[in-house]
Amino acid sequence: MQRMMNSVGNKMETKGLNLYYKNFQALFNVSLPVREHRVTALIGPSGCGKSTFLRTLNRMNDVIEGTRIEGEVLLDGNNIYAPGVDPVALRKKVGMVFQRPNPFPMSIFDNIAYGPRIHGIKNKETLAEIVEKSLQAAALWDEVKDRLHKSALGLSGGQQQRLVLARVLAVEPEVILMDEPASALDPISTAKLEDLIHQLKNNYTIVIVTHNMQQAARISDYTGFFLNGEMIEYDYTNNIFTAPRDKRTEDYITGRFG
Amino acid sequence: MNWKFFCDRAGRGLTLFCAALVIVLTVSIIYFISSKGLATFFTNGISLREFLLSDQWAPDRAAVDGGPLVGAKAFIAGSVLVSLLAVGVSAPLGIIVAVFIVEIAPGWGQRVLQPAVELLAGIPSVVYGYIGLSLLVPLIRTYLGGGGFSLLAGFLVLSVMILPTIISVSTDSIRALPVEWKHASYALGSTRWQTIRMVLVPAARSGLITAVVLGMARAFGEALAVQMVIGNTREIPTSILSPMMTLTSAITMDMGATVMGTTWNNALWSMGLLLLLMSLCFILIIRVVVRRGAVQ
Ligand SMILES: Nc1ncnc2c1ncn2[C@@H]1O[C@H](COP(=O)(O)OP(=O)(O)OP(=O)(O)O)[C@@H](O)[C@H]1O
Ligand SMILES: [Mg+2]
Repeated sequence: MQRMMNSVGNKMETKGLNLYYKNFQALFNVSLPVREHRVTALIGPSGCGKSTFLRTLNRMNDVIEGTRIEGEVLLDGNNIYAPGVDPVALRKKVGMVFQRPNPFPMSIFDNIAYGPRIHGIKNKETLAEIVEKSLQAAALWDEVKDRLHKSALGLSGGQQQRLVLARVLAVEPEVILMDEPASALDPISTAKLEDLIHQLKNNYTIVIVTHNMQQAARISDYTGFFLNGEMIEYDYTNNIFTAPRDKRTEDYITGRFG
Repeated sequence: MNWKFFCDRAGRGLTLFCAALVIVLTVSIIYFISSKGLATFFTNGISLREFLLSDQWAPDRAAVDGGPLVGAKAFIAGSVLVSLLAVGVSAPLGIIVAVFIVEIAPGWGQRVLQPAVELLAGIPSVVYGYIGLSLLVPLIRTYLGGGGFSLLAGFLVLSVMILPTIISVSTDSIRALPVEWKHASYALGSTRWQTIRMVLVPAARSGLITAVVLGMARAFGEALAVQMVIGNTREIPTSILSPMMTLTSAITMDMGATVMGTTWNNALWSMGLLLLLMSLCFILIIRVVVRRGAVQ
């Protein structure tokens, strides 16, 4: 029945997820599906655990000392926290764009080629093709094609954010996680990024954290609302914004708190 | 109110005075060394060429016999060789240890390794020399042959001595890197080793070069410990086991035996001047490297 209503399958899914930073519990029993080739938005007030949740999807919390996790995170039906799963291989499939743009202190070219290089591509022409294709896909090619070998740190904030997106695309992940990718961008760069997300949906599954309600409404198909480490409500974005079932969701989206 | 005003003036006066004192000291030391060191060439008529490129050292030979000869090439070569070899050992070792302390075992590294390194830095050079003399020299004599007093003993002792400098400066520069780069690298699916080798070490490059140059400068200027283990013969070493001499040990060996104003004495000052110029070079290199790093 459920399956017929949603013709799309789950690319990822969390089941009963609890996460602790040492003794502090940051996530409480979070269960949330991530539909394939759709954009899922995560909204909620600051400190409610959106970034934490996002990092569980590619095991970036492993990098933070003292984190402990309970429950399951499935990617294509397999638990990514099962013993024997290699987080390095997982992160190749589940890429991430961080809240603050973080290009490496290298040339634009080397930034994009970094991923393919570490995954074993050495051929110069292949790398050049990947770099161009990724920059095209991130709508940055025209702006940087004449300065590919200049430092990426010389780009503007908006360009840097598209650069790190291109860097993720170059690895050809299946899922892209974005943590408030537009928070440091001006309205024009933000609009460009949103256009981009629309196009990327065809080839990728996207999860995006945002503080901007209009943005969530514009770009996402599904929305999850988080509060104090709990997932309060998950539904079609349309339903969340027009007919939320939970009082707290309604309060949040109408700006009564948060 | 008045008191505050007075304090302010007095404080400013004191800092100005101290700053001026340091400048006066530096300038007068440089002036003194230069005037003595240059006298070799301008007063005693030795050519710069002879000083730098001849290895004939007979500063007490009488003028009728063609003396005095003050070719310092053997000492210059000795200093350069022993320092380069020491850095050759310590630079890779120190950088690897720094990576280990910051990235691989931050807990254990910071609790145990870092204090150990600081301790190493605090041991006086005479103690290093003494250890080299009583442990290293006999070992080399027994297992590798020769007298034991050698280039090998010299650079091994030196490399241990400059290791703390290289480690602590490298550690600081790696630790100062923004954590975002590391996270970005992991998120793209790199292993820890790839992240270290391809992101962190290149990003810390200017700090690491500074560390190595500082180590080099320290090695070049070290006198006592090296002197105790290198045998002090006035010849260019032909093998790693031959005894040798450095600029610093040449100065300490001879300075008691000379009279102010003689060619011999002035030649020693010329070597001092050379050491001063070398350290100036090292400082300039570091400046350039740091500025380049900052521009990046
Ligand atoms: N490394 C950490 N160690 C300990 N506690 C942490 C850590 N990271 C986050 N937290 C805590 O976990 C909770 C959730 O943080 P998280 O960063 O996931 O929130 P967020 O919803 O992304 O907030 P924001 O919208 O401000 O980015 C917060 O209370 C935060 O203080
Ligand atoms: Mg966050």
